[in-house]
Amino acid sequence: MNMHTTADHAGANHMQPPLLDVRDLTVEFATRRGTVRAVEKVDLTLAKGETLGIVGESGSGKSVTSYAVMRILDRAGRIAEGSIGFAGIDIGKASESDVRALRGREMSMIFQNPRAALNPIRKVGKQIEDVLIEHVQAQPSDAKEKAIEVLKAVRIARPEERYHAYPFELSGGMCQRIVIALALACRPQLLIADEPTTGLDVTTQKAVMDLVVELTRERNMSTILITHDLGLAAAYCDRVMVMEKGKVVETANAEAIFRAPQHPYTRKLMRATPRKGVSLRDLLPEDAAPAAAAPTAPVKGAGEPLLVVENLVKEYPRQAPTGGLAGLFGIKGAVADPFRAVDGISFSVARGESLGLVGESGCGKSTTSMMLMRLLDPTSGRIEFKGEELSAIPAKRFAGSPWRSRIQLVFQDPTDSLNPRYTAARAIADPLLRMGSGLAGAALRAKVEDLARLVGLPVNLLDRFPHQLSGGQKARVGIARAIAPDPELVILDEPTAALDVSVQAVVLNLLQELKQRLGMSYIFVSHDLEVVRMLCDRVIVMRSGRIVEEGATEAVMAAPKAEYTRELLSSIPHPPL
Amino acid sequence: MLKQIVRRLGTAIPSIIGVIIVTFLLTRVLPGDTAAYFAGPAATPQAIAEIKATLGLDQPLPVQFLAYVKDLATGNLGMSLTTGQPVFEDITARLPASAELTLLGLLISVLVSVPLGILAAVKQGSWIDHLCRIVATAGVSLPVFFTGLLLVYVFYYKLGWAPAPMGRLDFIYSAPDTVTGLYLIDSLLAGDIEVFRAAWSQIWLPAVTLAIFSLAPIARMTRASMLAVLASDFVRTARASGLKPSKVVMGYAFRNALLPVITTLGMVFSFLLGANVLVEKVFAWPGIGSYAIEALITSDYAPVQGFVLAMAILYVLLNLAIDILYGLVDPRVRLEA
Amino acid sequence: MSLAVTETAPKDSLFSHARHIVAENPVTGIAFGLFALFALAALIGPYVVPVDPLASDTAAALQPPSAAHWFGTDQLGRDIFSRVVVAARLDMIIAVASVALVFVAGGFAGIASGYFGGWTDRIVGRVSDTIMAFPLFVLAMGIVAALGNTVTNIVIATAIINFPLYVRVARAEANIRREAGFVQAARLSGNSEMRILLGHIAPNILPIMMVQVSLTMGYAILNAAGLSFIGLGVRPPTPEWGIMVAEGASFIISGEWWIAFFPGVTLMLAVFCFNLLGDGLRDLVDPQRRT
Repeated sequence: MNMHTTADHAGANHMQPPLLDVRDLTVEFATRRGTVRAVEKVDLTLAKGETLGIVGESGSGKSVTSYAVMRILDRAGRIAEGSIGFAGIDIGKASESDVRALRGREMSMIFQNPRAALNPIRKVGKQIEDVLIEHVQAQPSDAKEKAIEVLKAVRIARPEERYHAYPFELSGGMCQRIVIALALACRPQLLIADEPTTGLDVTTQKAVMDLVVELTRERNMSTILITHDLGLAAAYCDRVMVMEKGKVVETANAEAIFRAPQHPYTRKLMRATPRKGVSLRDLLPEDAAPAAAAPTAPVKGAGEPLLVVENLVKEYPRQAPTGGLAGLFGIKGAVADPFRAVDGISFSVARGESLGLVGESGCGKSTTSMMLMRLLDPTSGRIEFKGEELSAIPAKRFAGSPWRSRIQLVFQDPTDSLNPRYTAARAIADPLLRMGSGLAGAALRAKVEDLARLVGLPVNLLDRFPHQLSGGQKARVGIARAIAPDPELVILDEPTAALDVSVQAVVLNLLQELKQRLGMSYIFVSHDLEVVRMLCDRVIVMRSGRIVEEGATEAVMAAPKAEYTRELLSSIPHPPL
Repeated sequence: MLKQIVRRLGTAIPSIIGVIIVTFLLTRVLPGDTAAYFAGPAATPQAIAEIKATLGLDQPLPVQFLAYVKDLATGNLGMSLTTGQPVFEDITARLPASAELTLLGLLISVLVSVPLGILAAVKQGSWIDHLCRIVATAGVSLPVFFTGLLLVYVFYYKLGWAPAPMGRLDFIYSAPDTVTGLYLIDSLLAGDIEVFRAAWSQIWLPAVTLAIFSLAPIARMTRASMLAVLASDFVRTARASGLKPSKVVMGYAFRNALLPVITTLGMVFSFLLGANVLVEKVFAWPGIGSYAIEALITSDYAPVQGFVLAMAILYVLLNLAIDILYGLVDPRVRLEA
Repeated sequence: MSLAVTETAPKDSLFSHARHIVAENPVTGIAFGLFALFALAALIGPYVVPVDPLASDTAAALQPPSAAHWFGTDQLGRDIFSRVVVAARLDMIIAVASVALVFVAGGFAGIASGYFGGWTDRIVGRVSDTIMAFPLFVLAMGIVAALGNTVTNIVIATAIINFPLYVRVARAEANIRREAGFVQAARLSGNSEMRILLGHIAPNILPIMMVQVSLTMGYAILNAAGLSFIGLGVRPPTPEWGIMVAEGASFIISGEWWIAFFPGVTLMLAVFCFNLLGDGLRDLVDPQRRT
C-alpha cells in the first residue's frame, strides 16, 4: 500500500475525490436493554486539507462516529450499515490487519484527558518509538533520534530530556502535546481530535489548538474536530456538522452556521453557547415562554457590604524530602517554605451583588470558596459577615453555628453532591431538619414542594433517588437544598461545569431569576469569563493565589488592565463573526 | 536502586517490631502457668516460685520483654521437649522443606493462573472466561486439606501415579548434599537425576494441592485488572496508533495489569503459608508446619512460638520482596521514594 | 416557573435489579437455595437426623455408603450422614459469631479511622498492620494455642484475623466519602460530625460491608475447619466438618474415602455458597454494574 504517492498524485488532479467518504453509517451497541442505535444514517465527506467540526452534546454520537471511522469501537459496538471510504479503501469491509496498518500511519486520533491516554509506566519517548517502529518509519537503531525529532515538531522544549519522562511527570498540556506527537509521528493524512482540549485550562487550550492547526496546515492534513463547544468548532473549522441523538441535523460552513443556522436544534445549541455581547436571556431557545418578569424582591440595604474579606491566607505545609535514617523512623525533614494556595487576598461583596471569581485550575479560587464557606480554616486573615467575624469560629464547629444557614453553596458536580441513599425530597429537607426550622411532617413536605417549584423541579420527581434523575434535575435539587435555609450569600462553585450547554443555559437563567426573587448575593466561581460576564456585576481575576485584577465585569472584559486577564480573554475561542 | 531497597527495608522494621511484641504477648498468655508446667504436676507453690525466679517470670513485663528480645537476637527460641533440640536448630533444619513446597506450589499456580486470567480478559465471554470464573470461585472454596486428600485418593490409591504421601523422599534414597536445602535443586546440582525424579514424584502432588488453592485469587485479580486496563484510554490510544494486538495486550496492557497482581501476591503468600501447614499434615511433609502441629499435640509450646515467629518474619520478608518487585515495574513508586 | 425541564431520567429499582441479576446469573439463585438448606440444617438438624451422631456401633464400622447409612459409617460405626447434618450447627455458630464480632469491631474502627484520620487512623492502622504482618492462619494457630483450645477461642481468633479486612474496606469507603460533595453538603446543612458519620456515611458503606460479611463467612468456616483439622478447638467426638475430615484422613490411603469425603464436600459447598452469595451481593450493590 503506498498511500502517499496515491494522494500526491490525486493532489495534482483538481477533480480529487474526498479523502474520507462516509455514507449511511449506522452504529449499533448491544446493551442489556437490547440494541441501541448510537449513530444513524450519517453521511460525511472530508476533502484533503479540510477541517471539519462535529458538534453535539453528550450522547449525540459524535465520538462513536469517529471511532467507527478508525474501527476502534469497543466490543459491544458494531457498524450495522453503511460504508466508510478512506482514500479509496472501504474501512468497513477491510481486514483487521489492513485497517491496523492504516491506524497511526494514515489516520490518527487524539483524545480528551491526555494523561490517561498515555501508558503510565512507559517512557513517552518509547511510546513514540513503538508507533514509529510498528509502521516501519524507523529502525530500532535510529528510533530514538526520530522520536526526539517528533517531540521537537510538537514544540516540546528540551526534547532529549522529555524523551525519558513518564506521563505523570508532565503537565496536562505537555501530555496533550505528546499525544499529538504520537498521532502525527507517521505523518498521517487524517487526524481526528476528540475533545482535545476538554479538561485543560483556557490558556493551554488555545496553545494546544493552535499547535494542531499549525501542524495540520503545514502538512496539508485533513482534520475532524469533535467537540461540544460550538464556539471552538466555529473558530477552528472550515465546516461544521451538528449531531443530535445519533443523527446529523445540519452541515454548513462555519460562518454560515453561526450567521444563519437552519435546523431548530442548531439554533437552540447556538443560542445556548455563551458568547460576546449576549445576555443570559438570549441563551434560552426562542420559543421559551418569556419570564413573567420575576417579582424582584427589594433588596434591603442594597449596596451595603455583606461580606468583607481581609488579607486571607491559606498555607499548606510542603513536606521536605526526608532521607536516610530520619525517613526510616518517620521523622519529618525540616519544614520547607509552606505552599501558599491563597496568598493574602482582600475583597468585599455587597448585598444583592454578584461577584465573579475567575481563574485557571490551581489559582486558589476553590480554596478561597472553601474558606468562605467555613469548611476550611484560613491560616490568617479575616472573614467578616454582616459585621461578625466568622473566621473566629473554627470550621469544625461552624455546622452548629447560627451563621451556618446564612452562607450556602451550590456544588460543581451535582451527582457527587447528593447522598445516593437520600431521595430528592430528603436531600432538600436536610438543611431544614438540621437548622431548626421546626418544620415536620406535612408542613416540611409542603415547604420542600415549594422549593422544588421554585427551582423548576417537577414535584413528582421528589421521591426519586439521584441515580434516577438527569444531570439538570440533580443540579436543581442541589440548588433547592442550598436556598432552603434562606441564605443571604450563596457561593456557586462552577455549578454548570458538568452540564451540557443547553442545560447550562437553563440553569444559569434559573440562578439569575432566583437571585432577583430572593434578594441573595452570589459569589460565582468559574473558569469561564463569558459566563461570568452574563451573571456577575463585578469580577475578580485570580492567579497563583493572588488577585491580579478586580472591577466591574463589563469594564474588565472591555479593557483588561492586567496582562494575565488579556491572555485569558484572548484564549476564549470566538466564532468568526 | 540500592537506596530504595534500604528504604523499603526500613518500612519492614515497624512490622517486625509488631510481630515481636505480639509473639511476646502470646508467650505470656500461654495456657496454664509456664512455671507450673516446667515444675511438673507435683510441685509445691514454693518450687513454682523458685522456677519463676530462675526463668525471670517474676520480673515486670518490660524487663521480661527485654530478656525476650535478647534471646531472639541470639537465636535462642527455647528447647523443644519433643525433639530435645533447640527450637532454632529444628526450625532451620526443617525450613527448606517448607520453602521448597511453597515456592513450587506458587510457581505452578502463577504459570497456570496468569495466562488463564489474561486469556479470560482478552476473550471476555468465551468458554475460557467462564472457566476462569469457575476456577476463581471454586478455588477459594476448596478446603486445602480436603483437596489434598482427594488428590491422594485419586492419584495414589486409584491410579498409582504418586507414591504414598509420606514425606520428601522415599527411604531407599538418601538426600542430596545440602547446598540450598531444596532437594529438587540440590539433586540437579549433584547431577543425580534419579534422586531428582524421586524428590519430584513426592513433591508434585502436595505442590499441586497448594497451587489449586492459590490459583483462584491470582486468576481472579489478573482477569479483573486486565479487563480494567484493556478498557482504559491508553490502550485505546495504542490501538488507534495501529500497534499490533500482541504488542497492545502484552506490552501495554499486561505490564500495567501486573501491578495489582503483584499486590495480590502478598495476600496469596499469607494464604499459602497457612495452607502449607495443612498440606504438610496431609502429606506428612517434614517441614516447619508439621513440626508445629506435632508440638501442639504434645503441648510443647516453645516450638509453636518459634514457628509463629519464623513464619511471621518470613512473611514480612516476602512482602518486602513484593514491594521491591512492584517498584521495579512501576516508575511512579520508584520516583516517589 | 417557566423553565420546566423536559429531560428524561432512567428508572430503576433495587428489586428489578435483583431480579435481573438472578436472571443473568442463575448460579446466585442456586447459592440462595444452598444457603437455605444449610440454615435449615443448623436450626433443626439435631432433631431430624435418623441416627444419634454420637452412637458408636463397632459391628458396623467402616461401612461404605448404603441405604441404611447414606454416607457410610466411620471407624467407630457412627453414621456419617447424621454427623454431617448435626455439625452444620456448630460450624455455622462459629462462623456467624466470629463474623458478627468482627463486623461490629472492624466496621466501626474502619469507618472512624477513615473519617477522622489523625491519631484514630494511626492506631487502628498500626493494629491491623501488625495483624497483617502474620500469615493469617498461622496467627490463628498461635492465638488458639496461647488462649486455650476451646470453641470460644476459635471464634475470637477467627475474628482477629479478619479484623484488617473489615478495617480496610470500611476505612477506604469512609475515606473516599470524607470529602465527597454530599458530605460537604451535609456539613453545610448543619449536620454534626457524628450525625454525618452515622446518618450519611455509614448507610452508604453498609451494602459493601454486607458483601464483605458474605465473603468472610466462607473464609471463617474454612479457617475454623482448618484449625480443628490440625487438632485445635473442637475436640472429638463432637461432630464438626474439619475434625471429621481429619478422622477420615488416615483411611484415605486404604481406600475408605467416604469418611473424609462427605464432610469435606459439605464444607466445600458451604464455603462455595457463601462466596457465590458474596459475588451476587457485590453485583447488586456495585454501582459500576448498575447501568
